[in-house]
Amino acid sequence: MSWVLKNVLLYGDGDPVDVVLKDGIIAQIGTDLAGDEVLEAAGCVLLPGLVDLHTHLREPGREDAETVETGTLAAALGGFTAVHAMANTDPVADTAGVVEQVWRLGQEAGHCDVVPVGAVTVGLLGEQMAELGTMADSAARVRVFSDDGKCVSDASLMRRALEYVKAFDGVIAQHAQEPRLTDGAQMNEGVNSSLLGLTGWPAVAEEAIIARDCLLAGHVGGRLHICHVSTSGSVELIRWAKGKGWDVTAEVTPHHLLLTDDCAHSYDPTFKVNPPLRTQHDIDALRAGLADGTIDCVATDHAPHALEDKETEWGAASPGMTGLETALSVVALTMVETGGLTWRQVAERMSETPARIGRLEGHGRPLAVGEPANVVVVDPAARWIVDPAQSASRSRNTPFAGHDLPARVRATFLRGVATSLSGKPA
Amino acid sequence: MKRHLLSAADLTLEDALLVLDTAEELAQVSERTVKKLPTLRGRTVVNLFFEDSTRTKTSFELAAKRLSADVINFAAKGSSVSKGETLKDTALTLEAMGTDAVVIRHSWSGAPVNLARIIRGSVVNAGDGTHEHPTQALLDAFTMRQRLGRLEGLKVTIVGDILHSRVARSNVLLLKTLGAEVTLVAPPTLLPTGVDAWPAEVSYDLDAVLPKSDVVMMLRVQRERMGAAYFPSVREYSRRYGLDVDRAAQLQDHTVVMHPGPMVRGMEIASEVADGLRSTIVDQVTNGVSVRMAVLYLLLGGSEPAIGSSSETRMGVAAQ
Repeated sequence: MSWVLKNVLLYGDGDPVDVVLKDGIIAQIGTDLAGDEVLEAAGCVLLPGLVDLHTHLREPGREDAETVETGTLAAALGGFTAVHAMANTDPVADTAGVVEQVWRLGQEAGHCDVVPVGAVTVGLLGEQMAELGTMADSAARVRVFSDDGKCVSDASLMRRALEYVKAFDGVIAQHAQEPRLTDGAQMNEGVNSSLLGLTGWPAVAEEAIIARDCLLAGHVGGRLHICHVSTSGSVELIRWAKGKGWDVTAEVTPHHLLLTDDCAHSYDPTFKVNPPLRTQHDIDALRAGLADGTIDCVATDHAPHALEDKETEWGAASPGMTGLETALSVVALTMVETGGLTWRQVAERMSETPARIGRLEGHGRPLAVGEPANVVVVDPAARWIVDPAQSASRSRNTPFAGHDLPARVRATFLRGVATSLSGKPA
Repeated sequence: MKRHLLSAADLTLEDALLVLDTAEELAQVSERTVKKLPTLRGRTVVNLFFEDSTRTKTSFELAAKRLSADVINFAAKGSSVSKGETLKDTALTLEAMGTDAVVIRHSWSGAPVNLARIIRGSVVNAGDGTHEHPTQALLDAFTMRQRLGRLEGLKVTIVGDILHSRVARSNVLLLKTLGAEVTLVAPPTLLPTGVDAWPAEVSYDLDAVLPKSDVVMMLRVQRERMGAAYFPSVREYSRRYGLDVDRAAQLQDHTVVMHPGPMVRGMEIASEVADGLRSTIVDQVTNGVSVRMAVLYLLLGGSEPAIGSSSETRMGVAAQ
């Protein structure tokens, strides 16, 4: 069976063309092309399928919050064809057995490719290195390692991890949070935290770890990726490290591009996230950093939580927000509509670069004949209002409820097979 | 007034003055032999204390009882509450039983705000985490006005653990509304980042501020802070920030010394000062009942006069 996508704009540029997807690849690009199934897509932008470096699928362990099935469905609706599943499951993805289980669940779900992330340390405890090489050699082919949710705070262990993964071209994705500076932290440390009486999470706790890890990566020649950069100071440090020629990459989440810590005034734990929402000054720096390439990519940090973990006092609530279904629209709002990024650059920041950092084959590839048919059709003119009840995720903790967002995913294709069509699972 | 009292910032100048004036009226009741008014008869007030606080709970209980409300004490110890289901479930239970007001004390900042979103009755914040304690600020303002005759332009110095103090936050907000000038004095480690945006002056030097103060409010430093490297030792803290006899001698004649309690005598305040003529510490406790009566009355009773008809009022006063 084949699909023809009629009158799409490749990367949003040039004249409309027809694109035929057949046998898992992009078979033809031209005009007046035909296929078994037709998607009328005049005015729509064709991008390579989005790749998320940072997704929490919660399986195994918290299937009440999300499963690989529901999480990847949400991913397909959001335009993703591959997601990296973070290691902080229960049991932790710190062995070949667990990463292969997650990988297999992804294969079975079939809504998008699931790329397991391996834990850096056994049980995320920050004490003993997990069997990184075995996970790399497993069927799951792990290349990204992270203790996300927790920081690899021991400098010596971090150094060894950065060195060790060089043997199989791995990367350490660091959750940069100095634990002693964030004991009991609830929100960004600043005027709002002082007024709300919530323990502050100071920017310096992120920046101190980023500075240290950039120096370590430079020293050992290892590959470092910084998760969810949230402060203007972090952007400056990453810019400096890149200037040194060190192999450092970074991601920013959609919510850190849009929301400030003013949201905490409601004490609504939907807005509790780690790292916390910061200030407009930080948002401006993050947007500029993403535009100029200092920040390499957007990653969702999709963090579904069961209702009872969010319907609580702020201090008792779990941190995290869902994001797979809203990511592209928030990027359109904050970066495309503001002139910060073109659609061509969105393809880079949300597909090509994350695929390259994760060393994925078959994702983030050019829109060209013969390439894998992992693509997303986006209607940039469509607007929609976020309704948590409509989410394919099992959880409802989106911070964008009620937001009127631009750009809608019309269709997502994984190896030529539609995984979402017009906002519905295909 | 709004339906709830969650933050001192909820009070406009008119609201705040109304509470203080009403409290003044109601204070007369506490001087009678029969200390009871029928004002809130048939109304139910729940004291929902997730954190131990005998004095605040007793004060609210007395206030509600003096207005003839039915009072239920619902103790839900904070230590066993790690998840908020308890708050939500408790709130739904209270709601189902039909309560008119819930007075909540909770160890998490913002819990009263969360509660107010669930229940239909009025919510009174009786202290939430390190956020606010608005009735304490009201009783402090009441006490200042009682002793010094005014609030506008008063120089109020608050000394101690500002970082973790809900009393300080509510006082800063309320005193700003009432036109007083607040100076916060603490070691830099016990001042929150962001304090420069508060409507208050900040100083690290108690001796420089004391002679200019009309009111000095000493705050307790909680025991759990002492091991957490906010300052080197109790002795050094006391030496630099304690109100001892020598420091008290620098005060102007009219200056009053306040403390929300409980005190650590010998640490932030010397016994001689706490028990001296300047001290309002006992008055604060007395005034707490009147102010809380006023708050409950205004949130629940509202439209009718606080002490019945004016003739009754005169009789009440005459009867003493």
